[in-house]
Amino acid sequence: MMMLKVEEITVGYSALDILHHVSIQVAEGQIVSVIGPNGAGKSTLLKTIFGILKPRNGKVTLKDEDITGLKPDRVARKGISYVPQVENVFPSLTIQENLEMGAFIREDDYSKRLKEVYELFPLLEGRKKQKAGQLSGGQRQMVAMGRALMVDPQILLLDEPSAGLAPIFVAGIFEKIKQINATGVAIMIVEQNAREALKMSHHGYVLAMGRNVLDDKGEALLANEEIGRLYLGG
Amino acid sequence: MAELFVYGIILGSIISLGAIGLTLVYGIVRLANFAHGDLMTAGAYIALFMVTGLFSWVGIPDTPFGPFSFGWRMIVAFPFSMLAVACVAILLDRILYRKLRMKGSGSVMLAMSSLGAAFIIRMLILILWGADSLFYRPGVLEQAVELPLGIRIMPDEILILLIVFVLVVVLHLFLQNSKMGKAMRATADNHQLALVSGIDTERIIIWTWGIGAALAAAGGILYGIDVQLNPYMGWDFLLPLFAAAILGTIGSMYGALVGGLILGVVQQLSTAFLMPTYKPAVAFIIMILILLIRPKGIFGGSSR
Repeated sequence: MMMLKVEEITVGYSALDILHHVSIQVAEGQIVSVIGPNGAGKSTLLKTIFGILKPRNGKVTLKDEDITGLKPDRVARKGISYVPQVENVFPSLTIQENLEMGAFIREDDYSKRLKEVYELFPLLEGRKKQKAGQLSGGQRQMVAMGRALMVDPQILLLDEPSAGLAPIFVAGIFEKIKQINATGVAIMIVEQNAREALKMSHHGYVLAMGRNVLDDKGEALLANEEIGRLYLGG
Repeated sequence: MAELFVYGIILGSIISLGAIGLTLVYGIVRLANFAHGDLMTAGAYIALFMVTGLFSWVGIPDTPFGPFSFGWRMIVAFPFSMLAVACVAILLDRILYRKLRMKGSGSVMLAMSSLGAAFIIRMLILILWGADSLFYRPGVLEQAVELPLGIRIMPDEILILLIVFVLVVVLHLFLQNSKMGKAMRATADNHQLALVSGIDTERIIIWTWGIGAALAAAGGILYGIDVQLNPYMGWDFLLPLFAAAILGTIGSMYGALVGGLILGVVQQLSTAFLMPTYKPAVAFIIMILILLIRPKGIFGGSSR
């Protein structure tokens, strides 16, 4: 079954359309990456799925439920989580409080989940009481992903998780993404670091100028010479 | 001097109550609320209505309460007035500010509409009670308490400090420990991320108005008890409120608390050298100085 289906989405700010009839599918348990040059509309796509932007046309379905145009706080209650590229933590809140906010919609006892998130990011556990605003870029990314995982999502949307990170942290973050996926969480990832993202992806989509260009298996896109030349830096 | 300092702390604690609400509303609703002072006035007059009108009609006797200038009616009226003003502010948000937010109006538009709301509240009070200064219990004289250093202070004023202290502690515990309090801080930090986390920010905004307005009402009543009531009292407080909030870094509750106390003390101490009528000018000078020297206030980091 398809976890997430984006069908023929057209969206833009006032008169200018950013995305034109874009369609994407993410199957259960898959990692799907969306690559493309700057300004292709990759972040806009994630914002539209999560209800931050309203599409002019098209449809977003999560496990057969139409979530098109729902407000973000409603979308968050459907088992989908989103990590924005920037400003993805609450800076004046402690790490622990950031994670608690991730579990805001949970009425049950989430202490087990909190433990699992700390096990995934052991570095965070020792700094529970530290304010998120004082952390380095890599550590913030961990807090942001940890916050998004607190609801036990079925699918996680990641916007450029490796952006702005020191190269030594990039491999680590991708490793964590694989680990999260191994627990059964489907992942849709938007990345500049296209080669690394495609390596771990089951499926990849190429977006340019706000349109679907191509989609194929991850390794097939990596092997495609034209894609390599145009979008993967040679 | 020592006495002026103590009076400054008392005035400052009242300013703090208003400034905390102002700063919370600014941080979460993203609105410079020019009606905040008039919410203080509304609180003072609603309590007056209860103490002198409603309760005598209902038949609650105004038995004296300890050594204080007010009776049991005020004890009952105090929380009810806070609740009533909270409802007024929430109602204003629903019928006015929320509509503007949904339309994507800018901060200037929102601030101007709050200025309009301020005038409406003040005019209603003028229509209902007139422009004269009023007292909760005219003609009651208290016995002043002698403190060391020759400080004379009224029992009322000790109680005012105690009430402000309790309200601030309760708010602190709420913001630090409750789920709703944490969500309020999260929303102030990053509105969009709060939404994405599933926090219904419109509900947070309602809570913020409720808390901010209730504190304003408390400040207004306490000022009414300490000094007097008049329809312009809240408007006169507006400048010190903004100065205190900016001094303490806008958006920071603890900053507003400290800023309010500093404002109160400086304003009172200035009366040793200047005529008391210059008090608002002193607040204004402080505000200008902070804006010029340290626009992010004493608690604002230089990097953020």
